[in-house]
Amino acid sequence: MSYLIEGKTGTWEIVVGLEVHAQIISQSKLFSGASTKFGGEPNSQVSLVDAAFPGMLPVINRECVAQAVRTGLGLNARINLQSRFDRKNYFYADLPQGYQISQFEHPIVGEGSIEIELANGETRQIGITRLHMEQDAGKLLHDQDPTRSFVDLNRSGVALMEIVSEPDIRAPEEAGAYLRKLRQILRYLGTCDGNMDEGSMRADVNVSVRKAGEPFRTRCEIKNVNSIRFVMQAIEAEAARQVEIWENGGEVDQETRLFDPSRGETRTMRSKEDAHDYRYFPDPDLLPLVIEQAWVDGLKAELPELPDAKRARFQTDYGVPFYDAGVLVAEQSVADFFETVAKGRDGKLAVTWVTGDLFAALNRTSRTIENSPVSAESLGKMLDLIADGTINGKIAKEVFEDMVETGESPDAIVEKKGLRQVTDTGVIDTAIDAIMAKHADKVAEYRSGKDKLFGFFVGQVMKETKGKANPALVNEALKGKLDA
Amino acid sequence: MLTGLTLTQAREGLAARKFSARELAKAHLDAIARLNPKLNAYITVIPEADVLAAADAADARYAAGTARAMEGLPVGVKDLFCTKGVKTTAASKILANFVPPYESTVTARLLDAGSVFVGKTNLDEFAMGSANITSAFGSVLNPWQRNGEETVALVPGGSSGGSAAAVAAGLALAATGTDTGGSIRQPAAFCGIVGLKPTYGRCSRWGTIAYASSLDQAGPMTRTVADAGLMLEAMAGFDEKDSTSSNRPVPAFAQAVGKSVKGLRVGIPAEYRAPGLSPEISAMWEQGIAWLREAGCEIVDVSLPHTKYGLATYYIIAPAECSSNLARYDGIRFGERKDAATLDGVYELTRAEGFGEEVRNRILMGTYVLSAGYYDAYYLKAQKVRTLIKRDFVQAFEQVDVLLTPTAPSAAFAQGENMADPVQMYLNDIFTVPASMAGVPALSVPVGLDAKGLPLGLQIIGRHFDEETVLSVGGALEAAAGFAHTPTLHAEAGA
Repeated sequence: MSYLIEGKTGTWEIVVGLEVHAQIISQSKLFSGASTKFGGEPNSQVSLVDAAFPGMLPVINRECVAQAVRTGLGLNARINLQSRFDRKNYFYADLPQGYQISQFEHPIVGEGSIEIELANGETRQIGITRLHMEQDAGKLLHDQDPTRSFVDLNRSGVALMEIVSEPDIRAPEEAGAYLRKLRQILRYLGTCDGNMDEGSMRADVNVSVRKAGEPFRTRCEIKNVNSIRFVMQAIEAEAARQVEIWENGGEVDQETRLFDPSRGETRTMRSKEDAHDYRYFPDPDLLPLVIEQAWVDGLKAELPELPDAKRARFQTDYGVPFYDAGVLVAEQSVADFFETVAKGRDGKLAVTWVTGDLFAALNRTSRTIENSPVSAESLGKMLDLIADGTINGKIAKEVFEDMVETGESPDAIVEKKGLRQVTDTGVIDTAIDAIMAKHADKVAEYRSGKDKLFGFFVGQVMKETKGKANPALVNEALKGKLDA
Repeated sequence: MLTGLTLTQAREGLAARKFSARELAKAHLDAIARLNPKLNAYITVIPEADVLAAADAADARYAAGTARAMEGLPVGVKDLFCTKGVKTTAASKILANFVPPYESTVTARLLDAGSVFVGKTNLDEFAMGSANITSAFGSVLNPWQRNGEETVALVPGGSSGGSAAAVAAGLALAATGTDTGGSIRQPAAFCGIVGLKPTYGRCSRWGTIAYASSLDQAGPMTRTVADAGLMLEAMAGFDEKDSTSSNRPVPAFAQAVGKSVKGLRVGIPAEYRAPGLSPEISAMWEQGIAWLREAGCEIVDVSLPHTKYGLATYYIIAPAECSSNLARYDGIRFGERKDAATLDGVYELTRAEGFGEEVRNRILMGTYVLSAGYYDAYYLKAQKVRTLIKRDFVQAFEQVDVLLTPTAPSAAFAQGENMADPVQMYLNDIFTVPASMAGVPALSVPVGLDAKGLPLGLQIIGRHFDEETVLSVGGALEAAAGFAHTPTLHAEAGA
């Protein structure tokens, strides 16, 4: 697939690289013990280190390092056993130290890749250049006062992973697929919750354009785009802008821009003159970060099953079709729910009930899989009742709706409402005899060739037995009696 | 008399109840009241009530037999250590009214050992200087005077000039200092007292206002080598809040003094015989060599070939780190703020008015050597040369156990001399900087007076984490020199 822009002078392709900042899930910050919880009262989660008081020093949080390593492993990337922290120096109100502790020359994770899937079923490999750890900055609020801006340092010092992709992306759709896949992997690993609307995952988008076969042209960076949809829109807008400049004989300036979603366009944030010189140098308050291969191996052994592997396994172990498997693994909680239902049971039946009836019920009751009115265990039990003939598929629908409503177990509902499937052939025969007697004319019509009437008789018997008769037994017995 | 004791003598006196901690404290507060207006050794004197309360608590411990290592001993604290509830200024306007809500690890350890803090001593602003003439709260006067030149004000050295002057003049029994390029050793030499810069990593830097992170070290400034060992033992130790803190156990430094130095090899680095080294200092150095030889040491000529690059690399690395460390002083969260219409305006005004000239110079130098296009040629290159300087020491210590050198190229100079040219001022650090770059421990011991009656010091440098040998040799030198002089301006002089 390709995303091409037609211009007067020829056809342009787009070159996109994404730098994703992902907040690490951890109890405390990267270099201080303050809490990382979202939504606290302003400046209630700030240690002296975070506020950069005189004499304060950073101390590395081991769990944050573990999370970064887990992420690197999940991205099929090289883990660098030796890495280093550097200071990135600049002044801003959300940066108490006057520098950010980051990793410049020697990041903890090197090259890797992830596979993305496009709408037409095509898959592509997108390269990862590196992943490094750095401190997040605080938050500025400009709307609390007419003349002053307020600073909330709760976020200052929270651990971030900066994940840099190779400039392998060639279409807005690919960028969306990449972000969705990356987010999915991070959530599976438990290293980042990927909530772009809370700001725990943000993307800087690097865009350039070129004609096929050319080397790369100048790129612009669009900073802090906070939704996947906006990323795709920003790419379109920026690529169009750049093509127009080149087409008109101009030159694209390397600059940092912001995306304005209300206007659907990008605008300059910083000109080259205002560009920062960060004066990177190794942070003398920290030792080089040296980790053992054995420790990395231990982390690897404990990694959860990742989406691609889980999807493949659902297909082989449970016979789940490819598309449905993709739906089920989109969120780990859904996949786990499904697996609890499907384990030791008919996989295809489980798929139908989970992706059909359960999803519909969740939608209808505005619930999520995490607070589903029907637990996976309950749903599984219901499938057992179908499998052992206690209830048929139709009755199961009624039982399921009751489960959604009351939260009761399927067994209890079946007992209470007397929904047990009728398998007593004597009862079925009696019902059939009654129907045949009542509709002797239709019997005659059937026997003289109107085969379609068979369905009528099935319906009548089911009605007679209040839907509880075992359909297979009804069919068998009816055939026996009608065709006699 | 009480203000003329050593830590060791004072402790013995207190234990024997010859005098109380309260009397000891009071004597020092009186001395400070009399002499500090002239010397300006203290920026802040701790309120009498608080000092006496601490002294009373010490007396109770002596009575109960639970006295700790520094119990009841009056100590001055360089105003670079954050002291909880006590103003800490770094001798800068930008922190003129900063009262830390926390105690630095080093001073907390001293308090846990029973020390009685009497005040925060003056220093060069943010520890940048070699004469204590850049403080926003006025210069410190060296209590020593040249013979016949009582009106000539001499500098005490820096940056720990206030601590050195206080200990020399009887305004504290001991004081804490910090040493980045010589800031404990050089003022100790200028003021005729003992100063010890331990191995980098020996003392925690947490709560100590940072100047150059890879060089700063806290250390004791005392009247005797034994006192330095005693005080270092109380100050040193692993701190998990400082990632550069060493987790080696703290030896019984106090016991290192008095140990025989027979058979130890003392290296004399050829490169420290700088051309133009004053004949007096040369002679004193030779005297030191003779004393150690008499004590049974073997004297060995050694070479530290990269010595001459020490100052240049120091004056690249230290300003670079300081330019980054001082970025946090922006008036936003603490300290003095100068308001302006824009954020950048607040930063510019606050820092231009809050920082003195020397600090601004070093921040600019540091910013320059880290900037794009210059980083490789300056900062990176300097760090590589630093490795070579360190290697010089490591290799020398394969042949010898300690090195003996002068501490400073001259005795204390007068205020006004050397001041026009900052580079001249920087040359004061020529003998002390290399040991800082290498991170090795170094001690200055007063050994005699020059022709004008001013003290001269010799420096003993040892292996990483081998303060014990340094203290042993220092003790031997001290015993041989028998330096018992006190300055003209002293608490005991004509009360």
